[in-house]
Amino acid sequence: MAEKVSLRSVLFNPLSRNNPVVVQVLGICSVLAVTVKLAPALVMGLSVIVVLAFSNVIISLIRNTIPTNIRIIVQLVVVAALVIIVDQLLQAYMYDVSKQLSVFISLIITNCILMGRLEAFAMSNKPWPSMLDGIGNGAGYAIILVIVAFFRELLGSGTLLGYQVVPQWCYDHGYVNNGLMILPPMALIVVACIIWVQRSRNKELQE
Amino acid sequence: MKLNRQSNIYTVVYIIIMVVVVGAALAYTSMALSERQGENERADKMRQILASIHVVPAAGEKPAEVFDWYIAEQKVLDASGQVVDGENAFDIDVAQQSKLPSDKRLLPLFVADVDGATKYIIPMSGTGLWGPIWGYISIDADGTTVYGAYFAHKGETPGLGAEIDKPQFCNSFDGKHVIKDGVFQPISVVKPGMRPTGNEDYVDGISGGTITSKGVSAMLDNCLVPYRAFLSAVNREKN
Repeated sequence: MAEKVSLRSVLFNPLSRNNPVVVQVLGICSVLAVTVKLAPALVMGLSVIVVLAFSNVIISLIRNTIPTNIRIIVQLVVVAALVIIVDQLLQAYMYDVSKQLSVFISLIITNCILMGRLEAFAMSNKPWPSMLDGIGNGAGYAIILVIVAFFRELLGSGTLLGYQVVPQWCYDHGYVNNGLMILPPMALIVVACIIWVQRSRNKELQE
Repeated sequence: MKLNRQSNIYTVVYIIIMVVVVGAALAYTSMALSERQGENERADKMRQILASIHVVPAAGEKPAEVFDWYIAEQKVLDASGQVVDGENAFDIDVAQQSKLPSDKRLLPLFVADVDGATKYIIPMSGTGLWGPIWGYISIDADGTTVYGAYFAHKGETPGLGAEIDKPQFCNSFDGKHVIKDGVFQPISVVKPGMRPTGNEDYVDGISGGTITSKGVSAMLDNCLVPYRAFLSAVNREKN
């Protein structure tokens, strides 16, 4: 019973209480870059979940064979290989999205969340909890990405997933899309707002 | 015998095995997917060519079908305007050709039929500030009036040089002339508010994207001049 509770917390803790982006403040770089539109943010989030889950499982499976002095290199090779595979799959099946995400998919390799989870969790846990941890942290990252992208696309372009949602009469009455939302700094400000809301609701996180 | 996991030999063997396994996995993925990726690239190129005649395939339409519908003929010319046999216009690497002397190039030409009117589409390739830029320009049946243009880039600065792929910039080429008073002169891109030194037609460059704008100008010059013989002949025929 005790193990079941801990497995659940492994999966769900990263979603809010231990969120990699807003609590640990990791992976901010790609939050700035890919959140102008909702669609790339969704694909990016999914890609990170997939890469993180698989790399956690693989590292966890071979964790006892890895020589300690090259363990970071081994982790990097595993992550890099998975990222290249994801990139190739996107190029083959979702060409437009891959054109839009271009370099950011390859930059998943340098996303601190990945190395952090591999080093902190997968190296010392069994494959199943590692997979849950990967999915949980990936999802925690993806949620923030989607929230930020939602506000930036809605306020910056008046669309969601490319569909017009702000009706024409708003524009007729003088409403203007906020061009500032499209610029990278606004991603930081939206993330900061999320952190603010989350901390004010969650007493544990207040310092 | 217990395996010493910290020994140098173990580490080296471990790395070799890991590299071989990962390398094989990546090679397999790449081989298995290359055909689909190639198709996507072709479809993307077709989209770009169609963009130069203001045609955008709708969401459900296959670019290849729209392409076949509009593009009536594809041919390869030499510098004297004669058709070169046995070459496929679509597969010619324009970036490579644009580096050759202008009289030695193979010149791909796409002849489009837009609602009964003939348009000649010329592919271009050049360099911007950070990397390659390319584009397609379509010219009316009179051999001089620009019908539409499309530009793209690999990695110009967003908000500055990268603006060349925006409709505001591409559409500013519409209606310009490459043959003026019987003289062949590619369009120049100049700083907003300025005029070119010759009497050629010009469009405004991008403020803050000076090097990219100059790159576009140089690309137009470099890639249109070889078509002079062909376009002049078309122009004479019409007048």
